Amino acid sequence: MPTRQRPYIVEILTALALIAAPFVLPHLGFAPTTINRILIWGLVGIGFDLLFGFTGLLSFGQAAFFGTGGMFAAYLLTQTPFSNTIAAAFVGMIVAGIIGYLIGLLALRRTGIYFAMITVAIAEVFFFVEFNPLSAYTGGENGLPGVPPPNLNLGFTTLTFDSNWEMYGFFAFWYFVGLVIALRIVRSPVGLLLRAIRDNPLRAQALGHNIHSYKLTVFIVAAMYSGFAGSLLAMLQGFMPPDAFMFATSGEIVMQTAIGGAGWLFGPLLGATVWLFLADFFQTTLNLGATWKLVLGIVFVLLVVFLRHGLVGAIVDVYHLVRPRKSATAPTVDAGPRPSLAAARTSPPASELRRKRTTGSTGPILEVTGLTKRYGGLVANSDIDFRVDHGEIRGIIGPNGAGKSTFFKMLTCEVIPTAGKIVFDGRDITTLGVADACQLGLTKSYQINQLFDRLTVRQNLAIAALGEIRGKFKLDLLKGVSKVAGLDAQIESTAALVHLGERLETPVSDLAYGEKRRLEIGLALATSPSLLLLDEPLAGMSPQERVETVALLKSIAHGRTMIVIDHDIDSLFELVERITVLQEGRVLVEGTPEEIRTNAEVQEAYLGGIHDEAGAA
Amino acid sequence: MFSWGNFISQCFNGLVLGALLALISSGLTIIYGTLGVLNLAHGAMFMLGGYAGWVAYTQTGSFIVAIMAGALFVMLVGVVTERLIIRHFYARPAEDQLLVTFGLGIVFVETVRFFFGSLSKTVPPPALLSGITPLGFMVYPTYRLALLGIVTVALLVLYFILYRTRIGMIVRAGIEDAVMVDSLGINIQKVFMLVFGIGAMAAGFAGIVNAPVVAIAPDVGDAILVQTFVVVVIGGVGSFGGAVLGGLIAGQIISLTSMIDPAYSYVMLFVAMTLVLVLRPYGLLGTAGRE
Repeated sequence: MPTRQRPYIVEILTALALIAAPFVLPHLGFAPTTINRILIWGLVGIGFDLLFGFTGLLSFGQAAFFGTGGMFAAYLLTQTPFSNTIAAAFVGMIVAGIIGYLIGLLALRRTGIYFAMITVAIAEVFFFVEFNPLSAYTGGENGLPGVPPPNLNLGFTTLTFDSNWEMYGFFAFWYFVGLVIALRIVRSPVGLLLRAIRDNPLRAQALGHNIHSYKLTVFIVAAMYSGFAGSLLAMLQGFMPPDAFMFATSGEIVMQTAIGGAGWLFGPLLGATVWLFLADFFQTTLNLGATWKLVLGIVFVLLVVFLRHGLVGAIVDVYHLVRPRKSATAPTVDAGPRPSLAAARTSPPASELRRKRTTGSTGPILEVTGLTKRYGGLVANSDIDFRVDHGEIRGIIGPNGAGKSTFFKMLTCEVIPTAGKIVFDGRDITTLGVADACQLGLTKSYQINQLFDRLTVRQNLAIAALGEIRGKFKLDLLKGVSKVAGLDAQIESTAALVHLGERLETPVSDLAYGEKRRLEIGLALATSPSLLLLDEPLAGMSPQERVETVALLKSIAHGRTMIVIDHDIDSLFELVERITVLQEGRVLVEGTPEEIRTNAEVQEAYLGGIHDEAGAA
Repeated sequence: MFSWGNFISQCFNGLVLGALLALISSGLTIIYGTLGVLNLAHGAMFMLGGYAGWVAYTQTGSFIVAIMAGALFVMLVGVVTERLIIRHFYARPAEDQLLVTFGLGIVFVETVRFFFGSLSKTVPPPALLSGITPLGFMVYPTYRLALLGIVTVALLVLYFILYRTRIGMIVRAGIEDAVMVDSLGINIQKVFMLVFGIGAMAAGFAGIVNAPVVAIAPDVGDAILVQTFVVVVIGGVGSFGGAVLGGLIAGQIISLTSMIDPAYSYVMLFVAMTLVLVLRPYGLLGTAGRE
């Protein structure tokens, strides 16, 4: 978290900028109403940035919430005796939030372009409903006139903000409140999980988080920001314009955020400033008339093509050019075998790391009966019976295509079996979801790294540890992630265990391959599993790295139950107590490494013809 | 008041609209399936087809020339856009692709507005196809009947290209696995350019043949884009059959709802989309994993 060292610096700077703006911006050619408008768009944009910049959900339907919130507040203030503008804005916000919940339930059934298309379609429905069936309430294409300027009832007197600069004070206050809340959200565990969902939703889920609920949460939050800002728009203009509902409005929110830069919260404000300034400039100064939109469109396309991260991103890039980022505490090159081996000796014993409690401590922890998975006509796993006891370290080998990875996917509940039953720690988990399995203490490290590439090692491990500490879903939106009890201890002991203690503040994208591989195992470990599955932990490693990793796995293994898939049979034989051999989706044989080594069937199946040739020679 | 005559003629209207939506949506879905890019400028390309055709019509007075001009011009726009801009976005996140095509849509719309103004333009149907045709049980505008035929033929041609030609086989292979096609020694770059052109042409062609029915204006593509999205969500992304089926369904929904109250046609479309999303999240003919 960038502001950890200097708390509230962002808030203080923003407050100062908001106070300075009315003295500075008019000299740059900004009309007071333009400045007020920028604040309103900036406020919508804060919510939108949480949704798009932080969570990666690009909605083209924010106009539905912007319009609905504004229209509701405007209706209250013009058609009913209700006169408290602030309360009306809050009502608008809550209504938008409720609508956001309902739409979110539907739109979040899908991701990516489907999500974008669904939000477009839904927003268009709102536009038509506002225009026609509900025109008796919304004024149809005329909108609702007569919305009073903002007021504040202090009991003994009522303040009315009717001049431009009074309104500015009112809007700036709410922008500031909105920003402070958003900053809290960003710095909360939920904020970190939103970024996890953006970078790698499947892994976020596999680490025990209910990502659908978090997405729904941020969707509602974004809708509430839009609804509140829509109410402010009605007060600014004195009437609620129906074009707030239009697709173009959603588009402007998206474009302003993209111009300003997504993922910084300030991007939309900056984008709105540029957008509205250029609109004014093209129309009034250059007399371009309606052509301003064409010029803005071209400017926008060029910006998207050449300036990938928007203006804020560009400023940050320039800043890093001028002041290169101090390379993290450890050397940027992988420290190499010797230092990490030394670290292995000094690292704390694995038993210090927490482990989920299981109901028993002897007997079977995992019992699989008749497990079968078919993909159409292809049988990946067929009638597998499998049992692992507490504290056991089991290896699984088998030729490519033997169904090892499918087997693991069923165990972690990533894939639902066609038939059969999985009992983990006395509980039938066959039809549970992957997040539930992780919450129960069953986690996997992946064959291909599944990390959160844009985040640091510390943040990656935090995402994993939070699942164990907070459960599947918790709405601690305003709590600082650094204040979560036990989190730092869990991160640091996991990092020490996988020899990444010196690299905690390094972004994952800067790690060497071997380090990423260790982090991959660290992510699984940080969830405090009682049963740890490792899918080819040695894949892609050099012989030296393999030796190290086997040592690492041995240190992890103390008192832990593990199942390891790997092709490196020698390493596996050294690590595990028993081995199960899969072939063509079935269990071929099971036994100690010694038994497997000498088993003729295994040699036949796994080593192919070599045995025969050796016999012939 | 309900009348059978009215009902049947609305069904016909729905069929015409549905066929049109099917054509536009298949363009969108072919592009998405092959290139992985959701073209938010697709509605604007529909509009460009109408305008290009209108310009050709005012110059030559020939409807045939207008259709060819509309289709070919938009194909050209598609090819050039792909070559200059879209190509640089394949490796970028889906969000960037959405942003840039959205921006391009605005540029297209505003360019047309700049040259031709905001007032709508009409292209009359050719003399041979104007007037009405008695069908025995009702009379129906001749051009709409013809439009149904024209769009059906266009869809069949598209189907033929996709399923009966070598290039179509490559495109379909590209939909399944573009990297694999590339490594088989086929110049996937060229295929992508062509696919974008064909997809755009489908929209442009629809834009001009629909111009005698609905007057063209710079923002005529906005509503079409939204309807196309609904069609694709209903039918399933990347599926030609899904686009056709979704188009026909959407056409009937819009048309039959309009008979009762046009204001609710979008609501009903939305209800249909919701049902599909709840019951078959990947669309009627879609398969999991394509998004």
